[in-house]
Amino acid sequence: MSDSTVSVPDPTGDGDGRPGRIDAVPVRHPGRWVAIAVLALIVAMIANLLITNSAFEWDFVRQAMIQSPVINGLLVGTLLGTALAMLVGVAFGVVLAVMRLSDNPVLRYSAWVYTWFFRAIPRLVLLTIMGALGYLWPDGLGLGMPFAHELHNAFGPDFTFATINANKLFSGLFGGVVGLGLSEAAYMAEIARAGILSVEPGQREAAQALGMGNGLSMRRIVLPQAMRVIVPPTGNETIAMLKDTSLLIGIPLGTEMFFQLEAIGSRTYKVFPVLVAAVIWYLIVCSVLMILQARLERHFGRGFGSKPVAREQGVRARMLGLAGGGPR
Amino acid sequence: MSDVPLVHAVNVTKAFHGNEVLKGIDLDVEAGQVVCLLGPSGSGKTTFLRCINQLEDIDGGRIWVDGELAGYEDRNGRLHRLPDKRIAQQRREIGMVFQRFNLFPHMTAIENVMEAPVRVKGKSKGEARKRGLELLNRVGLGDRCDHYPAQLSGGQQQRVAIARALAMDPKLMLFDEPTSALDPELVGEVLKVMRGLADTGMTMIVVTHEMGFAREVADMVVFMDGGVVVEQGAPRDVINNPQHERTRSFLARIREESAEEAAALAEKMAAEQI
Repeated sequence: MSDSTVSVPDPTGDGDGRPGRIDAVPVRHPGRWVAIAVLALIVAMIANLLITNSAFEWDFVRQAMIQSPVINGLLVGTLLGTALAMLVGVAFGVVLAVMRLSDNPVLRYSAWVYTWFFRAIPRLVLLTIMGALGYLWPDGLGLGMPFAHELHNAFGPDFTFATINANKLFSGLFGGVVGLGLSEAAYMAEIARAGILSVEPGQREAAQALGMGNGLSMRRIVLPQAMRVIVPPTGNETIAMLKDTSLLIGIPLGTEMFFQLEAIGSRTYKVFPVLVAAVIWYLIVCSVLMILQARLERHFGRGFGSKPVAREQGVRARMLGLAGGGPR
Repeated sequence: MSDVPLVHAVNVTKAFHGNEVLKGIDLDVEAGQVVCLLGPSGSGKTTFLRCINQLEDIDGGRIWVDGELAGYEDRNGRLHRLPDKRIAQQRREIGMVFQRFNLFPHMTAIENVMEAPVRVKGKSKGEARKRGLELLNRVGLGDRCDHYPAQLSGGQQQRVAIARALAMDPKLMLFDEPTSALDPELVGEVLKVMRGLADTGMTMIVVTHEMGFAREVADMVVFMDGGVVVEQGAPRDVINNPQHERTRSFLARIREESAEEAAALAEKMAAEQI
């Protein structure tokens, strides 16, 4: 052992010769500065395009965004459509997931067939079919026993309880929500199944040992814990659904934002600015949804020590680390 | 029915995928008794415990709890499987404490304890909360009632789990290696609570490796190996003076392990003091 390793520098100067508080030169990250320069250049180019290119017609974009048919389409077709379709999708998806995990082979197989069918059909095609379903029942859709019409002709008693105008029923928002919801349920079923399977089997056993029945333990114990796994992908699904409401044109449904903006574009021959208007609206609504999703995740993450707040702080620390190379 | 044992198991058999785990277990537990099930891992003691509250279905034999046949109804000499609802009812009479606690992580300690009385028994929340606080106080955790399980130590979690089981006012408590997943220094607090529970006259069946507990608290110890009961009797007879070779070798091994564990614990505590 040489002398130099034994004598410890004492920069804090409290004089007792023992090492004090660490005040070291941080590691430099030249790569980060290069990346920042490249990104800054790209941002400047985009800003240049947006500001100097007159084809954007920002005044027109702003006006198109707040036209009352557009707002109406945003509220009804886009937002309400998303909410209702996701409601149908999540509720039905959880039921399908429970069916998939059931001991009953009939339930299991039915759920599988459902998922197989609806995952195979593109949503635009499905919505077009929904809109055209009225074609199957030109005389109205009868609600009653299967083969009620044939029974009526053969024996006399009529088992049809009500008749609905099928064309009216399936065109419009109802048909759109049903179509998107049924399709979504097929995807939500897989998400919910993964969530349920992620819950430790001991949880179910503990519930059973307390005398809780299957339904109660699923509702009170398993599903709330599964939500922690289910919520993040469901948030993604909701955002995807928001965008898929633009497919409601397949029904066709007129009270939808993108349809209305395009209509304005074709009337005024200002096709590009209305697309920009649509992009801005989608950006705004998606941002709100992302905030809601973060809140939900925090709610269902309680008791698991996962703290989104800490994660935000982490991001900030990393940003600071950019300059100082601080702890990561 | 006071002359009928609280748990009356006759010739219980159980196989997993053709592997016979229980090969005809007979056991009677009187009300108020504390019975410890001992034996090497794989001897079937945990499986047998789980059969008593029907977390496992038995293949053969019968188990009666408080005079009621578990899982089946005898109608004119033919057994009929009970519907899930009736099985859930039978389980309400039996509290269970698991090796890995199995507290509900999305609920605080008091919510864990209140859950079953409110949802299963239909008690009011106020009433369940009052009784829940009483029970948490009894296991020494009255000040931790608003903590989530993740914020509690293993020993504290297990004590909450005991309070949760007691909240259903069970006639019988089953303990499945309640201290095996705990750090050695946390074992004592859980055993103390169990000892206190035994003193109140609770009927308990405990699968454990804690020989000290078995010797001091149990009215009867049952030594199982290879799916059969090798010997059973008063703890001083079975533990201090085992009749069978298998019991003797098991006890010798346990003694070695606990000696090692004690040494490790002493070392750890000494290290912490420095």
